[in-house]
Amino acid sequence: MGLVDLLQSIIPPALFFSAPLIFTALGGVFSERSGVVNIGLEGLMVMGAFVGIIFNLTFGDALGVWAPWVSIFVAMVVSALFSVIHAVAAVSFRADQVVSGVAINFLALGLGVFLTKQWYGRGQTDMVSHQFFTRDIPFLSDIPVIGDIFFQGIYWTSYLAIALSFVAWYVLYKTPFGLRLRSVGEHPMAADTNGISVYKMRYIAVILSGALGGLGGSVFALTIALNFSHATIVGQGFMSLAAVIFGKWHPLGAMGAALFFGFAQSLSVISGGVPVLEDVPQVFLLIAPYILTILALAGFIGRAEAPRANGEPYIKGTR
Amino acid sequence: MNSNRLFNILVPLISVLIGLFAGALIMLGFGYNPITGYVALWNGAFGDLYYFGETIRQVTPYILTGLAVAFAFRTGLFNIGAEGQVIVGWLAAVWVGTTIEAPMYIHLPLAIIAAAAAGALWGFIPGLLKATRGVHEVIITIMLNYTALYSANAIVRNVLSDNEDKTPDVAATASLASEWFQNMTFFSRMHYGIFIALFAAVIMWFLIERTTIGYELKSVGFNQHASKYAGMSVKRNIILSMVIAGAFAGMAGSMEGLGTFGYMSVQSGFNNLGFDGIAVALLGANTALGVVLAALLFGTLKVGALNMPTEAGVPTELVDIIIALIIFFVASSYIIRWVILRFKKEEK
Repeated sequence: MGLVDLLQSIIPPALFFSAPLIFTALGGVFSERSGVVNIGLEGLMVMGAFVGIIFNLTFGDALGVWAPWVSIFVAMVVSALFSVIHAVAAVSFRADQVVSGVAINFLALGLGVFLTKQWYGRGQTDMVSHQFFTRDIPFLSDIPVIGDIFFQGIYWTSYLAIALSFVAWYVLYKTPFGLRLRSVGEHPMAADTNGISVYKMRYIAVILSGALGGLGGSVFALTIALNFSHATIVGQGFMSLAAVIFGKWHPLGAMGAALFFGFAQSLSVISGGVPVLEDVPQVFLLIAPYILTILALAGFIGRAEAPRANGEPYIKGTR
Repeated sequence: MNSNRLFNILVPLISVLIGLFAGALIMLGFGYNPITGYVALWNGAFGDLYYFGETIRQVTPYILTGLAVAFAFRTGLFNIGAEGQVIVGWLAAVWVGTTIEAPMYIHLPLAIIAAAAAGALWGFIPGLLKATRGVHEVIITIMLNYTALYSANAIVRNVLSDNEDKTPDVAATASLASEWFQNMTFFSRMHYGIFIALFAAVIMWFLIERTTIGYELKSVGFNQHASKYAGMSVKRNIILSMVIAGAFAGMAGSMEGLGTFGYMSVQSGFNNLGFDGIAVALLGANTALGVVLAALLFGTLKVGALNMPTEAGVPTELVDIIIALIIFFVASSYIIRWVILRFKKEEK
């Protein structure tokens, strides 16, 4: 097998698997940069997947070609609203943010499966028929070699994810809004003294993470899973969280990590056809993202340093 | 003021009540009768001896995972990795249970100790990284959860069985299953593990409240700097706390491996024993007695819920929603305190 063929069999699936992780990891970056730990990414993805699938099944026929796009948009909005629960607990009620995130995970799965049983009479929904399809990108796919590898048989959502990473980077590092958001995560009291509303910034950040988590979940549902059950989202949210940390809380780093994790996931699916890797037992590919994150955190692969005030509720007037 | 103690009892109680009330509202909203629903839940947990046995069976690992989370909490650590520690404990117990031959008085304790040791190792890693490199234990334990899940699945498939989805049953000499309990409870899966779980709760109480080790662990949880100044080794205590917590969770795994199931199967996802343990620990205010009571409540809810679809038509997931809300309110205890204090002020 030639190199081009090899890349052609590796890269599209890697992009395909990593898109949901990228979206969700970006959400995690926003939330954690503002100082709110978000273990609830998993639950936000569950909510996104649930809403995406239900909306698609209900209105898919009426919307036709636009069905998947409208579905992920609606999933985004609903997950953003859902994440307000985490924001209220973590920011206003001064709850332990990790515990509140755990509650979000429980609640999303409980609600999702409860409503699925309520509406479909069993633990899983029907399969959607208006999902995303792979596309050859016009013109670009005609470029020799590169076109074959990067622009044939790929989902638009994968490009959206990568583009959004750059947008997130620009917003966080090149705009006043981003500076404020990062400042409340590093030193909320200093930010407060400078007239930045810590609570408002944190609410916005958590809601953004809800929207992006919902986007990630619904994209996963409408490209990979195609239905919703209790086993649709199993660990992708936590893997995105790993990507946030492995990417050192930077949008582009998170994107890189998510691409790598998606690549590792896709390898465990397609490794049969790839030389060298076909001899590696699947389990090593499955646990690679987690082990690498531990090594990164332990300082063996660069030093991962969290935003200073991550996880601490801000109480006005305390030192 | 003794109101702190009062709050510690009031907050969980109020959270449970709000959770159950919200559950009732949800049932009303979807056209179910909440009373029928909760009666079905009660019958499903205590309706006859079979259900009672199943409830106790579920309470057993909950006590242990609850202790695992609570113990680490007392040292200021958040052990979200009970899930993975349960899995490695389960695997170790079944490994010893299926491959070694020995008389019961050696085999059974050995299997349980192996489970505790495996869990302890799984707690040692985040403890060590926290103590020596300052890495947050939450992230490490989450990553170790998945590592445990996938590795255990691979071992069940390739080492403990011949490419099958479950291991052979553990030898009778390593089994916790109790014919006496089974006969008494119409063949529920209740097993002797409940005594081990209760004994573990006593051990936690004794360790924390009556020994210098426990004093140091708590002290590190309250204030690391003061503890260091007083001559305690913060690092050693952090590691020790995670190791003991991991051992509790590992034992919870052995309850499943040696008692409830008697084997280990390939798991598509987590069984949530560890995550539910977080809820148990929080609701039990991280005390041994509180954990036992909270485990009883959650065991009742979980097992009772299985009866809700047949008797009241309500999906079992209602209970997951209720549990999530209970965790949410216990975590937000600040707001409950605030409301209580507000009411008190108005009375005066």
